[in-house]
Amino acid sequence: MGNVPSAVKHCLSYQQLLREHLWIGDSVAGAFEPAQESSQPSGLPEYVKIVEVGPRDGLQNEKIIVPTDIKIEFINQLSQTGLPVIEVTSFVSSRWIPQVAAGATEISVFGAASEPFSRKNINCAIEESMEKFEEVVKSARHMNIPTRGYVSCALGCPYEGNITPQKVTEVSKRLYGMGCYEISLGDTIGVGTPGSMKRMLESVMKEIPPRALAVHCHDTYGQALANILTALQMGINVVDSAVSGLGGCPYAKGASGNVATEDLIYMLNGLGVKTGVNLYKVMEAGDFICKAVNKTTNSKVAQASFNA
Amino acid sequence: MLNCQAVGNGSGLKESWKWPCTGSMNHLLQRSPTPGPWTSISLWPVRNRAAQQEVSTSSVGTFPKRVKIVEVGPRDGLQNEKNIIPTPMKIKLIDMLSEAGLPVIEATSFVSPKWVPQMADHAEVMKGIQKFPGISYPVLTPNFKGFQAAVAAGAKEVAVFGAASELFSKRNINCSIDESVRRFDEILKAARAASIPVRGYVSCVLGCPYEGKISPAKVAEVAKKMYSVGCYEISLGDTIGVGTPGTMKDMLSAVMHEVPVAALAVHCHDTYGQALANTLMALQMGVSVVDSSVAGLGGCPYAHGASGNLATEDLVYMLAGLGVHTGVNLQKLLEAGAFICQALNRRTSSKVAQATCKL
Repeated sequence: MGNVPSAVKHCLSYQQLLREHLWIGDSVAGAFEPAQESSQPSGLPEYVKIVEVGPRDGLQNEKIIVPTDIKIEFINQLSQTGLPVIEVTSFVSSRWIPQVAAGATEISVFGAASEPFSRKNINCAIEESMEKFEEVVKSARHMNIPTRGYVSCALGCPYEGNITPQKVTEVSKRLYGMGCYEISLGDTIGVGTPGSMKRMLESVMKEIPPRALAVHCHDTYGQALANILTALQMGINVVDSAVSGLGGCPYAKGASGNVATEDLIYMLNGLGVKTGVNLYKVMEAGDFICKAVNKTTNSKVAQASFNA
Repeated sequence: MLNCQAVGNGSGLKESWKWPCTGSMNHLLQRSPTPGPWTSISLWPVRNRAAQQEVSTSSVGTFPKRVKIVEVGPRDGLQNEKNIIPTPMKIKLIDMLSEAGLPVIEATSFVSPKWVPQMADHAEVMKGIQKFPGISYPVLTPNFKGFQAAVAAGAKEVAVFGAASELFSKRNINCSIDESVRRFDEILKAARAASIPVRGYVSCVLGCPYEGKISPAKVAEVAKKMYSVGCYEISLGDTIGVGTPGTMKDMLSAVMHEVPVAALAVHCHDTYGQALANTLMALQMGVSVVDSSVAGLGGCPYAHGASGNLATEDLVYMLAGLGVHTGVNLQKLLEAGAFICQALNRRTSSKVAQATCKL
C-alpha cells in the first residue's frame, strides 16, 4: 500500500451523503436575522452544500493543541447547526485503511497540481501519488466507503508560482476517474482572484461535471468570498470553509487561512441561496472554539455581531 | 505518518518562506518601465499582455478595463480611528499615497472640530500636502461654511453627504433628506461658479443601522436628486457593510435607471466581510469607480470592534489579478499602510498586507 497518507474522515452526516437529495435540509428556524434577501441573481445555485473543515484543516493549522474533550464538544456543537458535512480526520498510513475503515464513514485523498508541492508535502511526485491513491480508492470502494479527492495549489503554488489550469484539470480528472465522488479544488495559499478562478474552473469543467466539484478557498489575500462568488456564478455548489476562519497559512506567517463559514453563510443567505445551516449556532460554535484556543475569530460577521 | 495537508518541513518550509513574503516581492510585482500615477502594475501571477486586456464575455460578466480607485483613508479612515494623528503624519500619509499612484485621495473634512476632532487640522493638511499633477484631493464639506473654508484652504474638489435613510439623515446631519439636498444645492451653485467639481455620497444604500432595510427605489431617488443638482459622481455607500452581492445588484439596477453608470461609484464597508464580493458584483454591472481605504482604516461606529472600509491593498490585488488597470503601485501602497498603522499603533486590516508584510 505504500506510505502515502490518506485522511480518514468521520463524516457525521454520512447517512445524508447516501441520500439522493442531500440538500433538502432543515430550513433555518430561529436563525440569526439574515441579510435582506434579494431576488436571486440568475445563474446562482438554489442550494449550496457547505463542507465544514474547521475541526480538521482549521485546527491542524492552529498552534495550540486542542484537548480531545474540547474537540468533541466543538464537533458536537457544529453538528447542531445543520452543516451537512463536517470534516473530522485522523491521519493514518494507508496500510491501516482496512482496520480504520471499520469505523470510518468517508475518506479523503490529497493530491496537488504542483510537482514541487507534491514532493515537499507528501514526499512523492504527482504520478506516484496518483498510483497510490488508486489503490486506496479501490480498497475503500470495496468497503462502500466514498472518497473525496482534494487538489492543492489549484490557483498557485508557494514553490512553483503560477499553476496552469490544464495541470489542475489533469490531476482532477485522474482523481475523478479513479472513483473520487467529489473533487475539492483548493487555493492553498489564497493567491487566486476571480479571473484565475474562472479560468481554472472553465478548464476543469470541460472534464468534470460541476456537481462533482467543490472550491476550497483560503483568505490569505482577502480574495476568498469574491473567488467563491465567481465559482457559484459558474455553477459550483459545494464550498469548503472553516468556522471562525480557523487555521493560519503555513506559508505566510501572520496571514489568515480558511474562509470563515460564518461570512460564507452570511453571503449565501443574502443571495437567497439555501444552505440548511443556522448561522447563529455556527457563530456560537465559533465563539466556543476561539475561547478554547485563545484566539480572536477571523470571521467578520462574528466580530461585528458579538461586539455590537 | 505524514500529514498530507501539513507544511512541508525542513528545507521545504524554509524555501517556501521566500515567497510570497516581503523579501521577494519581485515575485509578486512587476513594474512597467514608465513611471507616473498611471504606471501599469502586473501582479502575481504574471500574465501575458493579451490576458491583461481581456474582458470576459462569459456568464460571469465583463469587467471595466480601468478602475479609478478613490482613496478615502486619510478622511473616512482616520476620522473613525480613536487615536488622534499629528498633522505632519497625516501629510506624510497623503504624500505616500500620492507616490503610490492613487488618482483620487480624499484629504480631509471641513467639518467642525467639535464633531470630528481628528479633522480639526483640515486647513493645515490641505496647505501642507504635495499636490501631484494628475491627482485629485477632494475634501468633505458638510455645509456652506465648510465649503468656504475649503476653498480658502486651496481645495479644488469637494464632496457632500446625503443618505438613503430618513432616520440616518436626521441622526447624522440633523435634517431630513430633502433639506440636506436643499443645503447641497447652495454649495453646488457656489462650486459651479468657482469651477469646483462636487462628488455626492449616498449613505446606507444597502441597509441602515436605524431603519434596517432600504429600498433600491429610495436609493435611486436620492442618487437622482444629487446627480440632478450637479454632483458629477455619486458614491453609493454600504455604510454598515450589511450588503451582499444580491442586494448590491438590485440596488445598482435601480440606480442605473436614473444615473449613468459612468457617474457611479461604490463605497463598500467590510463589517461582515462582504466588501470585495460586493465590489466584484458592482464591477460586473459596469461600475468603474471604487472607494477604499489603505490598510482598511476606520472601524465601524455602529458595531464596536468591527472592521470598516474595504482595504485598498486587497482591492488592488483583486483588480490586478483581473487584469484591470488601476495605475497603483502595490508595493508603495503597502508602505503607506505600514506607516499609518505604526503611527496609529494598530494592526492593518488588509489581508494582503498581513500576508506580505507580516503586520
